[in-house]
Amino acid sequence: MGKKILIVGGGLAGTIIANGLCRQMSKQLKTGDVSVTMLGTSDQHLYQPGLLYVPFGKFREAELFRDQRKVLDNRVPYFVDPASNIDVDGKIVTTESGKTHSYDYLVIATGSRIMPQTIPGMAEGAHWFYDLDGARKMREALDNFEGGKIIVNVNAPHKCPVAPLEVTFMLYDYLTEKGLMDKSEITYTYPIGRLHALEPVAHWAQPEMDKYGIKYETFFNTKEVDPGAKTITSEEGETLNYDLLVTIPPHQGAQVILDSDLGAGGWVPTDRNKLLREGSDDVFICGDTTNIPISKAGSTAHFEADTIIDNLTSLLTEERWARNYDGKVFCFVETGMNSGTYVWFDYKTPPNPGAPSQMIHWFKLAYNRLYWLSASGLL
Amino acid sequence: MSNRTQIDARGAFCPGPLMEVIATLKLIEIGDEIEVMSTDQGTVKDLPEWCAKVGHEHVETVQHDGYASLVVRKSK
Repeated sequence: MGKKILIVGGGLAGTIIANGLCRQMSKQLKTGDVSVTMLGTSDQHLYQPGLLYVPFGKFREAELFRDQRKVLDNRVPYFVDPASNIDVDGKIVTTESGKTHSYDYLVIATGSRIMPQTIPGMAEGAHWFYDLDGARKMREALDNFEGGKIIVNVNAPHKCPVAPLEVTFMLYDYLTEKGLMDKSEITYTYPIGRLHALEPVAHWAQPEMDKYGIKYETFFNTKEVDPGAKTITSEEGETLNYDLLVTIPPHQGAQVILDSDLGAGGWVPTDRNKLLREGSDDVFICGDTTNIPISKAGSTAHFEADTIIDNLTSLLTEERWARNYDGKVFCFVETGMNSGTYVWFDYKTPPNPGAPSQMIHWFKLAYNRLYWLSASGLL
Repeated sequence: MSNRTQIDARGAFCPGPLMEVIATLKLIEIGDEIEVMSTDQGTVKDLPEWCAKVGHEHVETVQHDGYASLVVRKSK
């Protein structure tokens, strides 16, 4: 009887792992000693970072999607049948259609979802770009914007820690190009006492914002939005007026994690080096789904996925552990419409962003296409 | 009896210990506590400052070899 690997989640993390396992264990797949099966929520694979460009008309919607079955190695049976319960004691995953899947090794990569509805008034009063519907509405709002006060409001916890800065600088360039910046004001709000969680990034961002006249409010944790009065109020007691509110909404893990009682907030307690669920030796957790206190970003998922591929392959073919995850994350940072920089860090190395350049921006644009090679397990 | 959630944010540069505390506060009950372990010395200053501003209780800070443990009690 072959060993069954079941991957729950068809986003970047799950897809890299599935394709990587096929690459590493093609012989075992052929003999039937190993099988890889995936459960997902959609037949379309979404390039999430591309959503940032949609409100500015810099990315066509069709470019965001590919058929998940074409992204996946054809040796992986893929079912658009989301998991509704994960029983790690019984080693059984039940799906919404009522089917059950057993496994020898389970990979949970169910990701996260935005939760603007958890802040009163936010869903009605704010725009965001974290899903296609939101990005479309934000594009329309920007198309109709004739000048005024824009607030870029960052909430905790949120996906992709650099996206709030990217959208702020891109908004500045967008409004400048449209000739609207002289009658507009951008204010950036952030939950803690500096402009970014990464101190070196915050030190870089503050003079940049000062240079462009972008205002900022720190220690701003959103309490409520009043869409009628067009105000946003913080837990700290500050109220700001806006004409256009762009929010980086709070997010949460998948409902199936909560329903299966696998972790508060939908985040599964995970060993930060082994990427195994705490208390399990046959359940790997990858990407946004972990509770590891590092960035919820595609880059994190990518480096974690590579580690899980190596370890699952070694466990199944050599009965040994291969290597630990070192906390590595690499993020491009768009610093406007024509410049970019990057940060990388791991558990031992702090980030140190370099000077922005047009070349790095172009490389980010290239990566927007190369992403599909990452998902395929080639990059 | 209050519950205590532990966050090991040692070596976690992004999103950082304070952001982790803010996120975790949304998941616990009033009176429950969070203990965050941090190698970032900025947290030792930032966290009590934020608690005072927002109205949560900073219970204690204990310095260990190479890191600090800070305890916060959810007050509202």
